[in-house]
Amino acid sequence: MSTSIVPARPGMRVVSAVGWLLVAFAGAGALGVLALRRGENVSAAWLLVAALCTYAIGYRFYSAFLAARLFALDDARATPAERLNDGHDFVPTNRWIVFGHHFAAIAGPGPLVGPTLAAQFGYLPGVLWIVIGVVLGGAVQDMVILCASTRRDGKSLGQMAKEEIGPVAGFTALVAVLGIMVVLIAVLGLVVVNALKSSPWGTVTIGLTIPIAMIMGFYMRWLRPGRVLEASAIGLVLLVVALYAGRWVAEQPALAATFTLSGKTLAILIMVYGFAASVLPVWMLLAPRDYLSAFVKIGVVLALAIGILITLPPLQMPALTRFTDGTGPIFAGALFPFAFITIACGSISGFHALIASGTTPKLLERERDARLIGYGAMLMESFVAVMALIAACAITPGVYFAINAPAAALGPTAQTAATAIANWGFVVTPAELEQLARDVGESSLLSRTGGAPSLAVGMAHLFSRALGGSAAMALWYHFAIMFEALFILTTLDAGTRVGRFMLQDLGRHVWPAFGRTGWMPAVLISSAMIVAMWGHFLWQGVIDPLGGINSLWPLFGISNQLLAAVALCVATTVIIKMGKARHAWVTLLPLAWLVVVTMTAGATKLFSPQPKLGFLAQARALQAAQAAGTLPPGVKSAGDLAQMIANNYLDAAVAAFFLLSVIVILLDSAREWVAVVSGAKAARSTEVPFQPRVFAAGD
Amino acid sequence: MRALAEFVQRAACVVRRVIGAPDYDSYLAHVARRHPGCRPLSRDEFARDALARRYDRPGSRCC
Repeated sequence: MSTSIVPARPGMRVVSAVGWLLVAFAGAGALGVLALRRGENVSAAWLLVAALCTYAIGYRFYSAFLAARLFALDDARATPAERLNDGHDFVPTNRWIVFGHHFAAIAGPGPLVGPTLAAQFGYLPGVLWIVIGVVLGGAVQDMVILCASTRRDGKSLGQMAKEEIGPVAGFTALVAVLGIMVVLIAVLGLVVVNALKSSPWGTVTIGLTIPIAMIMGFYMRWLRPGRVLEASAIGLVLLVVALYAGRWVAEQPALAATFTLSGKTLAILIMVYGFAASVLPVWMLLAPRDYLSAFVKIGVVLALAIGILITLPPLQMPALTRFTDGTGPIFAGALFPFAFITIACGSISGFHALIASGTTPKLLERERDARLIGYGAMLMESFVAVMALIAACAITPGVYFAINAPAAALGPTAQTAATAIANWGFVVTPAELEQLARDVGESSLLSRTGGAPSLAVGMAHLFSRALGGSAAMALWYHFAIMFEALFILTTLDAGTRVGRFMLQDLGRHVWPAFGRTGWMPAVLISSAMIVAMWGHFLWQGVIDPLGGINSLWPLFGISNQLLAAVALCVATTVIIKMGKARHAWVTLLPLAWLVVVTMTAGATKLFSPQPKLGFLAQARALQAAQAAGTLPPGVKSAGDLAQMIANNYLDAAVAAFFLLSVIVILLDSAREWVAVVSGAKAARSTEVPFQPRVFAAGD
Repeated sequence: MRALAEFVQRAACVVRRVIGAPDYDSYLAHVARRHPGCRPLSRDEFARDALARRYDRPGSRCC
């Protein structure tokens, strides 16, 4: 089956071949400039050209290969949306609408935070992994899972794991997803805490988004039922009001003091919020926030793209920094494997497999739309990651490290921070740091770890250069913080609720009444349990003198890549059972890479003898301090010390659990592959048999 | 003027579906085409039903 519908004339074919060759040369040339130019600042334009050309080649050739040769996607075949059309879940939908919907569902804070943190290695490792990883890994995973699920009436990843591989893999996948959810929510919560800590402006603005959502919810439920767009318009206007209200509060000394909160207070508030969102009816808080955040998400991605295109900032960060050896202050660990787990979303993200086997396959109007939606939307997310990387590398390295390095590395004042940064070989003066904090309307930007504040500074630079000048810096900064927190909290509240359902589903095997999602005692208990689980990790991050991101982000990265490994195992099994074993390298290639990366990273986090890197080594070092009766630098009390020791053992146990899950699922899958390929088991595809497509128009 | 109103209607429909909001008009069209004679849900019932479906299953959220 050919990829183009109309056979091209020979003349056109030559033009097309020459055109694609030019694209390939442009991309390769831009990558060459990025890799080889030393000693002077490289323009972000090179990064954009390298990324866009690679995406174009990957989409035009590789995704066409997957569509035609691997799945033989066929527009004459009826999709589940057509066969099972119920007007609710299964609705044939125009592909560009599904593209937008799918993109809004997969894009979250992940592709913004990961590349920002990984910029400590320089821009080169990040850009190579984002661009190559997505074309050969992430986009392949999303597209293959989407196709597999579409051919199976929109079955979920868990169901497919159970049916294609076996019950052991299915159950392991289920528990692993819950574990990943917990770590993800905790680390995102920590990003918000660090962004709002001692920032009355940010705290008030974000706090106001809660009553704004409730006003929207009330409007959509009681005043004008189902009028989502009207409510969203009101919500967007109120968000701007909240932005200015935050500034007003920050300017009133008495009020500002009330809203200047510590990390611990913010962590408790976020836990209360997560619990409330899980228990309250969805129309009140969750749904309106979701709509608002979808608008803001798409708006900000567009704004960021325009800002970067207009200013084309030079990259201040070198291609490679000295921290590739593993001594970096933001997170410990060498370039390999830690660059590849720090950047997950943007290259390959296991979470997408849940979306690609959830709502999206039930909307596809034609089979071949899976190419644009599965492969294309992931390229778009990857582009968001590239833009985040540009924003992080466009601020001066000194400022970047001042914002992202933990207090234990920088010390308490701008003076000590400047000295520490000078020791790392980057230049920034205490006066510059203080001036920047004043410009963005904050008391200090030192050690605001988690990536959100430094991305906000980067965006404020870009936007104020394009629009408004330096006077608008503070507004742009808080606007960026507001949108980041808005969609992090949307992931956090919906995630808590989803986690609650998963917990209830697991628990009903032990206690049937616990599984009733409408029974208040079960709802309260399961919500409290899930909040306690992520709350524990969040709290651990808040009291950690190394800033928490240091230990939690790698754990999140490992877990997300584990889920991707599960998805690729399912995908490979599907491909082999489809009788396409000769094409199984398509998913085996990224799978092999991920297994090597997660295993190395997990084993390093567990067993490294360096206390900065290994959980067990750090626990032992802290225990030694405890036995000697001393407190390590940055630790405030003996109680905190005892908790840190326990936390390190817990982190080690979680990392071990993730590694074990990878091994179990991989072995279980390999057993199935060998059985099918050797002929011991018949290759029987579980696809729904072909039915011809009936009507042409969308519903 | 009519063309403008129609354009706004269509744009609103696209935006609603992209952000995952229930689209009552498409639902009415669906019922009329596929289940003629059936009484469709009211706008209010449809909105409630859509919310319950959207948030009662895992895997609807991402990093």
